[in-house]
Formats: sequence, structure tokens, C-alpha cells
Amino acid sequence: MKTNIIIAGVGGQGILSIAACIGMAAINSGMYLKQSEVHGMSQRGGAVLSNLRLSDTEISSDLIPLGQAGIIISVEPMESLRYLPWLAEDGWLVTNTTPVKNISNYPEMEELLAEIKAVRNHVVIDADEIARKIGSSRYSNMVVLGAAVPFIGLEYRSFEDGIAGIFEKKGRDVIEMNLQALKAGYKVSGKMV
Amino acid sequence: MKLMLLGDEAVARGGMDAGISGIYAYPGTPSTEIMEYVQNSETASENNIFCEWSANEKTAMEAALGMSFAGKRTMVCMKHVGLNVAADAFMNSAITGVNGGFLIAVADDPSMHSSQNEQDSRYYGKFAMIPVLEPANQQEAYDMVFHGFRLSEKYKVPVMLRLTTRLSHSRSAVKPVKPIDQKKILLPSDPRQFILLPAIARQRYRVLLNSQRDFESESENSPFNSLSEGSDKSTGFIACGLAYNYLMEVFGEKKLDHPVLKISQYPLPRHLVEKIKNECAKLLILEEGYPLVEEMLRGYPVYDHKITGRLDGTLPRDGELNPDHVARAAGFSVKEGLQVPSVVKNRPPSLCKGCGHIDMYNALNVVIDSFGAGSVFSDIGCYTLGALEPFNAINSCVDMGASITMAKGAADAGLHPSVCVIGDSTFTHSGMTGLLDAVNDKSPITVIIADNATTGMTGGQASAATGRIENICAGIGVEHDHIRIIDPLKKHHFENVAVIKEEIEYKGVSVIIARRECIQAVMKKKKAAG
Repeated sequence: MKTNIIIAGVGGQGILSIAACIGMAAINSGMYLKQSEVHGMSQRGGAVLSNLRLSDTEISSDLIPLGQAGIIISVEPMESLRYLPWLAEDGWLVTNTTPVKNISNYPEMEELLAEIKAVRNHVVIDADEIARKIGSSRYSNMVVLGAAVPFIGLEYRSFEDGIAGIFEKKGRDVIEMNLQALKAGYKVSGKMV
Repeated sequence: MKLMLLGDEAVARGGMDAGISGIYAYPGTPSTEIMEYVQNSETASENNIFCEWSANEKTAMEAALGMSFAGKRTMVCMKHVGLNVAADAFMNSAITGVNGGFLIAVADDPSMHSSQNEQDSRYYGKFAMIPVLEPANQQEAYDMVFHGFRLSEKYKVPVMLRLTTRLSHSRSAVKPVKPIDQKKILLPSDPRQFILLPAIARQRYRVLLNSQRDFESESENSPFNSLSEGSDKSTGFIACGLAYNYLMEVFGEKKLDHPVLKISQYPLPRHLVEKIKNECAKLLILEEGYPLVEEMLRGYPVYDHKITGRLDGTLPRDGELNPDHVARAAGFSVKEGLQVPSVVKNRPPSLCKGCGHIDMYNALNVVIDSFGAGSVFSDIGCYTLGALEPFNAINSCVDMGASITMAKGAADAGLHPSVCVIGDSTFTHSGMTGLLDAVNDKSPITVIIADNATTGMTGGQASAATGRIENICAGIGVEHDHIRIIDPLKKHHFENVAVIKEEIEYKGVSVIIARRECIQAVMKKKKAAG
């Protein structure tokens, strides 16, 4: 089994938490893993991405080749489209619809949604709204992850363990909120698969 | 037990397990996480491993050399352009040689994700004539630290470990080995080894020259260099460091039946290179960075058409490699997904909401507008983002500290106003000496020190002189009346504009310290406090 995942967003949105959670789920499932991250200048509100590769055999490249990503997970709608050249023909685009408008020429939402819906396999989810209902929009990244879980190829359980692992130091409440966010996202796309 | 480590962290962990007594560095993407890993390690603190930031890369390199002089293992870490700052100490450390194992970890940034250029540190290694190690993956990065220290101590020579962004910032599993104890203090057996007076330096240089053959033979026998045979000799591949992964990726499950020379240790292993060059009709050279190996193999003045790579257009001349470049160069087709729709706009980095630099630039722009734009010099830090919309506030960014000195030169040429913007950490890194020049010459410049009490762009590391900036300026000789401290907040906009205007009108050196703590640091503290 091989899964290539691109995680996209804007610096500061917590894409590295998503990557860490998938990473931990993969390792607990005995998989090989390579996870390339963006550090430095772009973290200041710029476009950021992480390349995540899981496999049951050894992985060579830290970067995903063009057209070979099985999933793009994006916590921001415009960012979800930036890496389409990497998405495989049968790949899934899973994206949040809440925009981060920190540029003056941010496109119209209808245009973005039209482009997102033009991708054959897509899951569109207002993760911020769902997270707010749980308690706070800051858990929206885990909602998006939850929505992507069915396409990753690992047991749902392993993501729960992943969350418990990476948020261990932050206490029981934080873990619980993130677990709820994961479940809420999972429910949305679970119906579609 | 396996650890999930960034390439940078693998180097750090390697150093700790190989018994370093200290690590020296100045933050710089993509090298910062090496030092941070040691700083965050409880084991490192229990073992009393020295791990404080230095004022700049040169002081870091020299301090590390001192630790090596004392007989202990040490590492110094920096980004590629940091090695320019440390170059004097670096080049001469090859001549003095070392005592305790001495490893220089340099992280290059091809494609300039967070840098002003994409210079290739392997040239520095060749220039200094020292061994260079270039890991292909995280495990090699870890293992090479041990290997590097063995080489360094065997030949009493500094060894460079060259990383690039993609490995520095990619995480994978690393299997650590049993840690080694730190060394005891042991002075150099030759008390004159480190005295580079001409007569001794000439001897030392010959020692380095005589070691070259040994370095080459180490490369021939290195566990990190290997020639794998293949029956299809129409093309052979030489893959350096990380590029080896892309070659393996491209062939994937297809059989790679070509000769492949993997290079992860320099100087080049002459016989291995000779062998693959002689047996193949064509060679494709894959290297992350400049075409160093390719240039060497092409020779001069005769153009060797057998050698392909970045110089003949088989691969892009600039930027980092990726599996798609390598696939195309190796003759495979690449199946690209959908095009990026035109509604997707660029999203460059920007100053954080609530950042003090925003209010500082808003005040400065008002004053500069009254003179006409074009005379604000700056350099490297978060404040460089003042170059972008909506500020368009600065006109230069060259190297750490160049804001002050370029403003001085422009003022010497008669430009008025001549203003510069520099951060607190950059000021102590390389701005203080330039300020002294300006004070000595009474150059009419206005220095704005954007003091956010941290090294912001790299993620908030300690700044060398927090709370002491005005004392340093006074000590350098800036007149008391012309050291002004402002609070860059919207509510102080008009008074800040007035201060900047007054100081620009002063025909001498003035320093305006725009002081407000980095908003990221403030939020981090708030979070920690619950």
C-alpha cells in the first residue's frame, strides 16, 4: 500500500498538526513515512504545503512526483487548487471552504467553488463552521482531516491514537475536542464513500 | 527504537549521540532546527552540552574551533549564506586543522525558499580542501555525524556536512545507536598547531595538501559512496546526495539496469568516477545545487559531450531538483495532473497581524513620502517583508547588516535622506561595526532598529542583546540626544512620524529604536500562561 498526500494551507493554519497526526497514525500502523514540511519565510502568512508519503515498502523521494498524489487535504479553498498538477487522475480533493483573505486580489468564492467542483473526486466542507459548533474554529484542521480519513487507507482508530499522541502534553480536554472535530469531519465524507 | 526526525534533527541527534560537548550556531533557515533540537533535549541538558545561540556564524565557528582546540567534539551549524560570514574562520580552520572532532553542518537552500541566493557549499568544501559529506536521507544524516567525527579526528581536519532544504525539513524514521561519552580536555600535541604565522602556516598548508590523497582514498572506500553495476551502458548515472533518491523514485519498480555511482562523500572518489566514465557512452550527472561534479567531469577547454546534466540543459540550470526533473532527464514521461486554475493567486508571506513593524513602516512611509521614495536600505529579517505590498517601504536587501553600511555609503555619496531599517538580532549579528564606521565619519544617516526582542523570521530564537540595544549604540558613540526610542503602535503614529522626521533632518548619525515585542512571541507566552 502506498498513499501520497499533499496538505495545503496558509502559514499559521496548523497543517503541520494534520501531518503529524497522519504521520503518527501511519507509524503506529507499521508503515514507512516521509514528511516534507515548509519552514521559514512562508510560515508568515504565505502559501504552505507538506508532502506526506506512506508506504508499506521503503520510500525514496521526499517529494511526491507530479500526478501521483492520492489526496490533497486543504484547510483553505484557494490553496486546495494550487497543487492540482500533483493530484492523480483518481485522486481526492478534500477542502475547507472558509477562506483566508490576506491578499487584496483574493478571488470570488463562486469561482473557487466552481473550480473545486470541476475536480472529479472532491469533498467540500465548511470545517470552521463545524468546528465552531463543537466549541472553537481552531479545531477546523482536525475536521478537515476527519473528512479525509476515508481516502488515506488507514483505520479510523489509528487517527484517534494519533491525536491522543500528538496532543498528549496539552491535556485531556484538548484531545477530546480534537477527537470530536475528527469525528464530525469523518461523518461528512463517510456518507459519500 | 526508531525516531521520527527532520534531517536537521537527525544531525543534532547524531551529534549528541556522538559525544559533542557543545554546539554553536546562529539561526538561519533551513539550518535552525539542528540547534533547537539540542536546546529542547533533556538528555543534552543533563549531559551539560553547551547549546546557546551565538551572535553570528563567525563567532559560532570560532567558538567551536576553540572547543576543538580543547580536545572536545563540537558542531557548528549555519545556513549557506552564513558560511560567507564565517568564511575567514572556516578557511583558516582547514589550515590550522583541529584537535577534538570538528563538524561544520551547512544547510543550503536551492530554489531560495528563504534565502537571497542558492550558493552551493560543496564549493566551499573544495575551496578549503576538506572532506564533505552529503547525506541522501535522514538515517545517513545521523550516521554521517559519527563518520564525520572519525574522519575529523583521524586526519585532524574540519569536516563539512552539507544538507539542503528538502532533507533538512523532511521527516523520516531514524534508528539511533548507543551514545558515546564526551571527550576529556586534551590540548593539541603540537602547541603551535593553531598559530598561523606565515612560517607555521606554510607548514600547516603542506600538511593539508599532503592529506588530499588520503581524503580521496577515504572517499573511494566510504560506506556512503557506491558504484552499482548495470548491463545497459548507454547511460550511466552519477547521483549526489539527495538526487540519488529521485533516481530511485523514478525507476521505482522498473529494473534499473544502468551503472549508478552514488556520491555522498567528497573529494570525488577518482577511481569510481573513472570507471563509470570509461564504461558508459553517456553520463547524466544529478546534483542538488550547482553543477560542481558536472563541471569537473566536463573538463576544459574541450567540451565533453558525454557528460550531461544542468550545464547542457538536460536538467534545469537553477533551482532544486525533484523527481519530475530527474524522470524527464532519464527519458521517462511525467503524467501531470490538472493545470492550476487562473483564479489561484500568489500568496506571498506577509507581516503578522499586530506586528510592530507594520506601524513602524506606516510612520516611516509618511516621512519618506515627503522627501520622495527610494532611499531606505534594509537587510535580512521579518522586516524585509516591508518590501512588499502594501508598504513598498525598502529599496535594498543584500546581506545581514548591509542596511547600515549601504545607507552610509549612499550618504557619503550625498544622498539625503539616507535611512536604514535593521532588526535587533541582525544589528548585533553584523550591524554594530557598520554603525561604528558611520559614527567615526559622522555620516548623516538615520538608523531604525526594529527591535522586537527576538530573531523573528526563523521562529523566535533568543536575540543577542535584548534590552541593551541603546547602551550598545551609546557605547559605539551615537550621541545621547540622537538615540530615540519609539513605541510602534497605531496610537503613537503622529509622535512617531515626528521623531523620524526630526532625526532625518539631523545631519549626523541618529538611531531610532522602534521597540515592541514580536506578536508571535507575545502569543506564545500567553498560550504558555494558559
